[in-house]
Amino acid sequence: MVEIDDIILKITLISKKIRRLVIKMLSIAGSGHPGGSLSCVEIVTTLYFHIMRHRPLEPDWDDRDRFVLSKGHSCPTLYANLVLSGYFPEEELKRLRMLDSILQGHPDRLMTPGIEVSTGSLGQGLSCACGMALAGKIDKKDFWVYVLLGDGEIQEGQVWEAAMSASHYKLDNLIAFLDYNKFQIDGKVCDVMNIEPLKEKWASFGWYVQEIDGHNIAEIISAVDCAKKIKEMPKMIICHTIKGKGVSFMENKPEWHGVTPTKEEAERALSELV
Amino acid sequence: MEFEATRDAYGKALVELGRINPNIVVLDADTSQSTRTNWFAKEFPDRFFNFGVAEANMTGYAAGFSLCGKIPFVSSFAVFGSIRNFEVIRTSICWAYLNVKIVVTHAGISVGEDGASHQSIEDISAMRSLPNMTVIVPADSRETKKAVFACIEHNGPVYIRLGRAKFPVLPEASFKIGKANVLKEGKDISIIACGLMVFEALKASEFLEKQGISCMVINMSTIKPIDEEIIISCAKETKGIITCEEHSIIGGLGSAVSEVIAEKCPAKIKRIGIKDVFGTSGKPDELLRKFEIDSNSIYNAGLEILNDRL
Repeated sequence: MVEIDDIILKITLISKKIRRLVIKMLSIAGSGHPGGSLSCVEIVTTLYFHIMRHRPLEPDWDDRDRFVLSKGHSCPTLYANLVLSGYFPEEELKRLRMLDSILQGHPDRLMTPGIEVSTGSLGQGLSCACGMALAGKIDKKDFWVYVLLGDGEIQEGQVWEAAMSASHYKLDNLIAFLDYNKFQIDGKVCDVMNIEPLKEKWASFGWYVQEIDGHNIAEIISAVDCAKKIKEMPKMIICHTIKGKGVSFMENKPEWHGVTPTKEEAERALSELV
Repeated sequence: MEFEATRDAYGKALVELGRINPNIVVLDADTSQSTRTNWFAKEFPDRFFNFGVAEANMTGYAAGFSLCGKIPFVSSFAVFGSIRNFEVIRTSICWAYLNVKIVVTHAGISVGEDGASHQSIEDISAMRSLPNMTVIVPADSRETKKAVFACIEHNGPVYIRLGRAKFPVLPEASFKIGKANVLKEGKDISIIACGLMVFEALKASEFLEKQGISCMVINMSTIKPIDEEIIISCAKETKGIITCEEHSIIGGLGSAVSEVIAEKCPAKIKRIGIKDVFGTSGKPDELLRKFEIDSNSIYNAGLEILNDRL
């Protein structure tokens, strides 16, 4: 147990660093999406610093596990993870969303080392992840494909086309996370277009479904361990999260979906993240 | 004269390619009997994937396959394989510069009896507007086979547009992406056509020549990147250009040729195509006549150019 406690402590500390980097880069950029970036920090960080097999100095390594950020607007969290993993220098974060930067407003695989799939148009990433998982099966590779979806994102019909096909093709090398922070740009997900009952929906599409606290690192790790043991079906981990998590004045506030902090607000936020 | 559907040539070419290249995978959305990808499926069941009636998802899978080193061929009817899933092609494939080949059948109004819902007359326009996309409209079955083989030598997204009906088989000719073929030399009028309309253009040129009008006939099978050089020489060396396509006059071959002419070498031009209306049910030859894209309409356009009645 000591070992797992050490791992959790390590990821907790890195997650805090990630949140600080997210706030800093968004504040400099002056545009971007803090709310959904902060809600998925533990999920992405646990993947990059504990779960996934990857080589930052060899991003195209054939046998790497793949991560697809289907909710592409949360890329600040992914960029910060790539920096701390060693894919590119931290300096680059200062140029987020700027002309000729390697860090585009939404993930661009041709511009940024470590980005697997170009995303940003919601609803497309799951199909791409499924294609990668199916290719892995054809070639009898043992890599895992992880994909992170947003809760508003699954209102897109293509997600359910993909959900149906993933169980049809028995993609048991595919593990999806849903960042269920309950908010989208126009307000509460349940008011804009209700997506419940969520667990039943995914289960009825043939997925093995777990429901966890998406900020609890131990739960993330054990859910993935459990998912890996399930054969013949794709896996969904519904992660209950808090939009804007870690910054008191951003938490559960849909207005922080696509607005960035001023210099003063960023300082306040950073003072909470020590 | 020999007739063969371009979709049949596609089906055969895929099987041949499948034998040579193990990385080729084929994706279809419940149209495999019609697109002829079922022939590939029969020989290579482990490399064929049906997605049911779900084109957007199929297109996303193609992106994922490509990212893992496969060469996916994605097929459906032109309407559903290009425009319905347009934004997935745009964002997941073209923006990411992925090596995905989209080969659609049942394009244009020669689909016939199925009517307007199934007659794709906007797809060339849509596909041509996508950065990184190559757009090919083969004139016959021979050219289809060559285009299918050529597209895997080209790294990047390619759109190949095929028909349902049996097309006349034209004399053997070379094929290179981006290079038009001169089928006939002439000095009075240039007729630039693609797909099924190449044959109509050849027929029209015979009528015009009987009137003593000499016609240059060009098969512009690559719509993008378009062969600018040959368009400029047509503009310079003949008295006017007629473009012919089984597609809307907005955004397709006619537009592509007009863009080159307007910028590089202004000349008279007449666009033969569907005049901003939807199609309707009927037999292919009836439809070509009704929508005035048959050889007779090309002939009349030729006379208009020479009589300066534009």
